[in-house]
Amino acid sequence: MSFTFRHLLGTEALSRDEITFLLDQSRAFQGIQKQPLKKLATLRGKSAVLAFFETSTRTRISFATAAARLGADTMNLQAESSSTQKGESLVDTVRTLEAMKPDVIVIRHAASGAPHFVAERLGIPVINAGDGLHEHPSQGLLDALTISDRLGRLDDLNVTIVGDIRHSRVARSNIHVLSKFGGRITLCGPAMWLPAEMPGMAPNMRIEPCITQALPGANVVMVLRVQTERLREPSLPPDEYIRLYQMTPARLALARPDAVLMHPGPMIRGLEIDPAVADSPQSTVLEQVTNGVAVRMALLYLLTGGAPSAATPQAG
Amino acid sequence: MPTREKTQLLSAAQTGRTIERLGHEIVEKTGEAHGIALIGIRRRGVPLAQRLAGTVRAATAAEAPIGILDITLYRDDLSLASAHPVVQSTEIPFSVDGRDLILVDDVLFTGRTIRAAINGLFDLGRPRRVQLCVLVDRGHRELPIEAAYVGRRVETRPEDLVEVHLKEIDGEDRVLLERMP
Amino acid sequence: MEERMLLIHNGRIVDPARTFDGPADVLIEGDRIARVGPKLDAPGAQRFDASGLVVAPGFIDLHCHLREPGNEPAETIETGTRAAARGGFTAVCCMPNTQPVNDNAAVTRFILDRAAASASVRVWPIGAASHGSMGEGLAEIAAMKDAGIVAVTDDGKPIATAKLLRHVMEYARSLDLPVIEHSEDASLFAGGVMREGPTSVRLGLRGIPAAAESICVARDVQICTLTGARLHVAHMSAKESLDLVRDAKRRGLPVTCEVTPHHFTLTDEDVTYDSRYKMNPPLASRDHRDALLTGLADGGVDAIATDHAPHTQASKDVEFDRAPFGVTGFETALSLALEALVHSGRAPLSRLVELFTSGPARVLRKTRTIAAGEPADLTLFSTEHRWTFRAADSASKSRNTPFDGREFRGAPMATIVAGRVVWQRET
Repeated sequence: MSFTFRHLLGTEALSRDEITFLLDQSRAFQGIQKQPLKKLATLRGKSAVLAFFETSTRTRISFATAAARLGADTMNLQAESSSTQKGESLVDTVRTLEAMKPDVIVIRHAASGAPHFVAERLGIPVINAGDGLHEHPSQGLLDALTISDRLGRLDDLNVTIVGDIRHSRVARSNIHVLSKFGGRITLCGPAMWLPAEMPGMAPNMRIEPCITQALPGANVVMVLRVQTERLREPSLPPDEYIRLYQMTPARLALARPDAVLMHPGPMIRGLEIDPAVADSPQSTVLEQVTNGVAVRMALLYLLTGGAPSAATPQAG
Repeated sequence: MPTREKTQLLSAAQTGRTIERLGHEIVEKTGEAHGIALIGIRRRGVPLAQRLAGTVRAATAAEAPIGILDITLYRDDLSLASAHPVVQSTEIPFSVDGRDLILVDDVLFTGRTIRAAINGLFDLGRPRRVQLCVLVDRGHRELPIEAAYVGRRVETRPEDLVEVHLKEIDGEDRVLLERMP
Repeated sequence: MEERMLLIHNGRIVDPARTFDGPADVLIEGDRIARVGPKLDAPGAQRFDASGLVVAPGFIDLHCHLREPGNEPAETIETGTRAAARGGFTAVCCMPNTQPVNDNAAVTRFILDRAAASASVRVWPIGAASHGSMGEGLAEIAAMKDAGIVAVTDDGKPIATAKLLRHVMEYARSLDLPVIEHSEDASLFAGGVMREGPTSVRLGLRGIPAAAESICVARDVQICTLTGARLHVAHMSAKESLDLVRDAKRRGLPVTCEVTPHHFTLTDEDVTYDSRYKMNPPLASRDHRDALLTGLADGGVDAIATDHAPHTQASKDVEFDRAPFGVTGFETALSLALEALVHSGRAPLSRLVELFTSGPARVLRKTRTIAAGEPADLTLFSTEHRWTFRAADSASKSRNTPFDGREFRGAPMATIVAGRVVWQRET
């Protein structure tokens, strides 16, 4: 199996074999995270543009770290891109970046599909680091790597995702990954954040607004961030959310005893998650961060190499 | 395209015996192989290291630990390749700090693989000493690297190809030289 | 001075207003039809051989954007009407959302002057309902009517409040003008960019529920009940909107509606991040689209209108969220209608012709028929001609169409306005 994609725009288009391959490659880079010397010269002379048109600290630092550990240079662009803002068009901005001859562009943008738009117009690989309400594929992959590390498998899992599903690109990327491994996914959250059409995205998905019904049997519990800044609908009073959906020790106890508890970060302790749950042994929050670097190293390594070929010259 | 002609350098029996002899040389030169560890370079360095460890064990009853090194990320020809080769994991389940290490590979040619391997090893720690053991040394070095243990030295031309077959990977033991007619 | 004569012979006349469908010739003298009948003889007349072609009354497009004045890089009256002629349209109604907005007689006259100087087909301007289409005070509707508008609308958005709509409709009734509504509830629309449904959820694009339209159609029909003015629902995209219009018609209310070719052809499942699939109202789900097709076939819908909405390449070549709404539509309208209605067997050819001719004419209280004394506006088309639409070859200044490269069976072949062949397909 090899990776034949020029870009990584989402997990929806990835096959199960391709995801398995990407996770295997990521495991090779997990090893490097444990070395005393973590910096390689593999991508020396290559450069990555980190074009973040939406505020992000964690994902940007994760990609920057991944690039640095591979020896690649990074060029940072941080610009706000609210839909009302006028000014230079995205196509002009990215063409300017392309003229600096980077080997890959990592793009985060508030508009769903912006990375696709860029990928169609540029001659270099594009990695989607989160687009609007659409996907966050590297997060989906790092979550899968974390689950597989903890549980020893990805197949046939009961996964419960709790929170603002409607506005979550993390949920979408995870759904596309886990459903390809036979995952049975339960979406739980306030009814207005649970689109009725969502279960049509993958087989074996259901909507369950009641958290005590959603958790029993879960191998994986994913708590989403309550992304208040993304809401256009009237927002729910926080106390109502806490009352019905905060992940408390008692609620987590409804899941399987060995269930892993995941959160993409940043967490708001006391809102979507009880601090005791965030710090519990079941929590994978910090492993997710570490694995994020490994997955992004693998992506940068693979995508800056062009299309894979079987033939390699005789090694010496 | 003219077909390459292949000649056999080592038969199955000769391959086996050569590896066996390399094992004994290691035991001899390292003083009963005390405290050494074998690092197999992926891919064919790995079964070679395992066989050498077997010989060491049989001769001394000492257990030489084995590590596996993937040098892909340390290669200096990545920018020349049309695509980045698949990375495999490095599995060295012991600390290399202060250790006597023997790198094991099938063919020594330009020396670039060994340069990459040494780089990789030093990212993991600070070994006391690193030696090199190869089944075939075919010459044409491009770097100041020599092997302490050599199974067979072969005269080749740069465009030739030395093919090592090992049972564990290829189903048979055999070493071939492929050259242009 | 002897008048110029043109004889269109060997054609099949389809004239829904007279429920006529059969072989007949048309003799045009000057800008009017002189005679209609079998095997006409007209010595000295220029002859147009319409063998194998349908000869229909001139097509009317109730809904288009010609962008002049104000956005000439996207379209002008000259280029827009040239594209209209290539689509078989002999008259087009241009929406008032120009810059400046057509909310006073001076702008109306400017448009008509530009049309007289440069247009290939008739231009019938539509005036703004409110000043600047801002939804507050009324526009100078009576003055615009004297200058030549045929309807009022705040298209691009609905007339802002029920109270304002009431005043507009009362006033429009006294002036015998229809009120065209772009029906849309702003709070449900809420920054959406495509129809809410499985595709919007999957693509992470903000959805607009079908109810955003129908809830406003319900309001509009109720104000129609209150005022008795003529209400025309523009570019209808929701099943429930059509149900409301059907119900209003049953109750004898003066309510009509139109559907665009893209709404009866495509669905939300066709949407990708390509902004050529972004228009407002958005493409409907399959069941809503099918309901629209049923309405087109059975008379529930009165007219096919293009909502031709040209945008420059630069303005459309942006993220889906930021792209303006709208697609071009003149040159593909008839071919799409033939495909969806006639070749599919959903409706007879005469019904299709009605949707482009007497249907829209009724909305404007005009007649459209092929009879002696009528204006010599005719659309000649083939139901069989095979062709491929190339956006790059369009007469429009803009290229924002989702139908680039589509292969068609059936095409406009010639457009006659006031007795002149303003366009003829090169074959």
